[in-house]
Amino acid sequence: MTKLYSRAPKRVTLFAGHYGSGKTTAAVNYALWLKAQGYDTAIADLDIVNPYFRTRDSMAELNAAGVRLIASPFAGTNVDAPALPGEAYAVVENKALHAVIDVGGDDRGALALGRYVPYLKEENDYDFLCVINRFRPLTQTAADTAEVLREIETACKLSFTGICACSNLGDMTKAEDILASQRYTQEVAETMGLPIVMTCVQEHLISALDGMENVFPIRHRTHFI
Amino acid sequence: MEKVLMKGNEALAEAAIMAGCRHYYGYPITPQTEVAAYMAKRMPKIGGVFLQAESEIAAINMVIGTSAAGKRTMTSSSSPGISLKSEGISYLAGCDLPALVVNVQRGGPGLGGIQPSQSDYFQATKALGHGDFRRIVLAPASVQEMASLTFLGFDLADEYRMTVMILTDGTIGQMMEPVSLDFGELCEAVKDWATVGHKWERKPNIITSLSLQAEELERQNLERYERYKVVEENEVRYEEYRMEDAEICVVAFGVCARVAKNAVNAAREKGMKVGMIRPITLWPFPKDVLKKAADKCHTFVSVEMSMGQMVEDIELAIRCKRPVLCCARVGGMIPSPDEVLAKLDEAAKMGGTAE
Repeated sequence: MTKLYSRAPKRVTLFAGHYGSGKTTAAVNYALWLKAQGYDTAIADLDIVNPYFRTRDSMAELNAAGVRLIASPFAGTNVDAPALPGEAYAVVENKALHAVIDVGGDDRGALALGRYVPYLKEENDYDFLCVINRFRPLTQTAADTAEVLREIETACKLSFTGICACSNLGDMTKAEDILASQRYTQEVAETMGLPIVMTCVQEHLISALDGMENVFPIRHRTHFI
Repeated sequence: MEKVLMKGNEALAEAAIMAGCRHYYGYPITPQTEVAAYMAKRMPKIGGVFLQAESEIAAINMVIGTSAAGKRTMTSSSSPGISLKSEGISYLAGCDLPALVVNVQRGGPGLGGIQPSQSDYFQATKALGHGDFRRIVLAPASVQEMASLTFLGFDLADEYRMTVMILTDGTIGQMMEPVSLDFGELCEAVKDWATVGHKWERKPNIITSLSLQAEELERQNLERYERYKVVEENEVRYEEYRMEDAEICVVAFGVCARVAKNAVNAAREKGMKVGMIRPITLWPFPKDVLKKAADKCHTFVSVEMSMGQMVEDIELAIRCKRPVLCCARVGGMIPSPDEVLAKLDEAAKMGGTAE
């Protein structure tokens, strides 16, 4: 048996990490999961770096599920401006909401989070998860990964509270890939001194991962041409 | 080697490093910025140079200098930035210097937009700067090809002493796919023409695009075109897909070829005899295989993200023997498989009317 992720959620859950680690995939899936647990849920896209393939691409699905999406009105348009929506403050101010924050890639993306950090620290009911993917070329070792993660922490002035293991090769991920990444995840956890909070696994692979704990079922939401 | 998950732009940058490029000069512009960002992270760790130039024009001139010194070098930009570089690319040709130039295209003309496009086809294949000269133009259709064609591009540039352009678009640049970074042996050309100091042991090498005598300038142009002839003979690359019994031939490159491939499969399921020829080199254009296809196919369909720019090359290749339809979306839009299918239906109706 695999043990599915079942932690009681904090009011705000943030996902940050290296470009392409799977932040948006994890954040969108987590928001849909929260909603399914009965929480009034909002997801905020704080990505000021990526021009294409963003949370906004899942707008129809999020809307249909009743998850409120807070994203720059310019995301996915021709306006190449690193803009944040004013309503993003709702996630730190509206305590009735359970909020998911999709932080942009690397330290540059995390810079945008800085302005919300004082509110998060004051309320102190958040999980700041670092999303890690061993199949990304610049984060294949624990040391390289830790370097990227430290840069992010420095940029946004917030320390991670846990690890979201998301080693994947997109739709070509196999169960072996996830099993083979466990040692890497463990090493990152030791280097960073953080607990492994969840391991993201595509739904169809879960049955092949007998005995694994805190498995968080995901579906890839972005489909390339 | 184990596969890794990369963005097209990153795969391109890593392949350049693996091809021995240690000198990158660039300037940020969406949607190619990841190339510069990746180089900025990687180059300092491997003793290479990443330099964010003060402009696109400065960057291409740094490429000229580095290439003259015999080093593998590259620059990258997106459409408006490539227009700025065109003067320098002409000088590279006049100096017979190898270089890799990457264009991750966006919608135009002018400042246009940041969404993907293929509307720099004319610029890349016909007139990327003044004067009589050619570039080898490679058009990747996957993240894997972003890497493999970049690796190949450096070899071709050295072999023929000319600019190789990777002509891609925002979608291929931004999308993520698993990629294998295994390209085999790295073999760099001997560059006895490089300006690296003669140490009184040989005549000085002089690299310039200026000729004081018209006869001499003509001789250089003729020599260059002899080399281009060899490129046209040896370096044409393309992929044929379900062409065995095809009566309609789709022609598409880059991201459009991925869309078109889906449409070809859907058309085949409907019983239509449709195939695709995907040019991988846009120059030299795969003329011979298209000309041969015109013997059997009654209609050609160009699928592109430009206003029929490739149609002219197809018509030339097949000597206007068959009609060439165009399925185009522009300005940052991508054609859908359904739109391609509709055009294929139109092409099917022309079956009886050809010739």
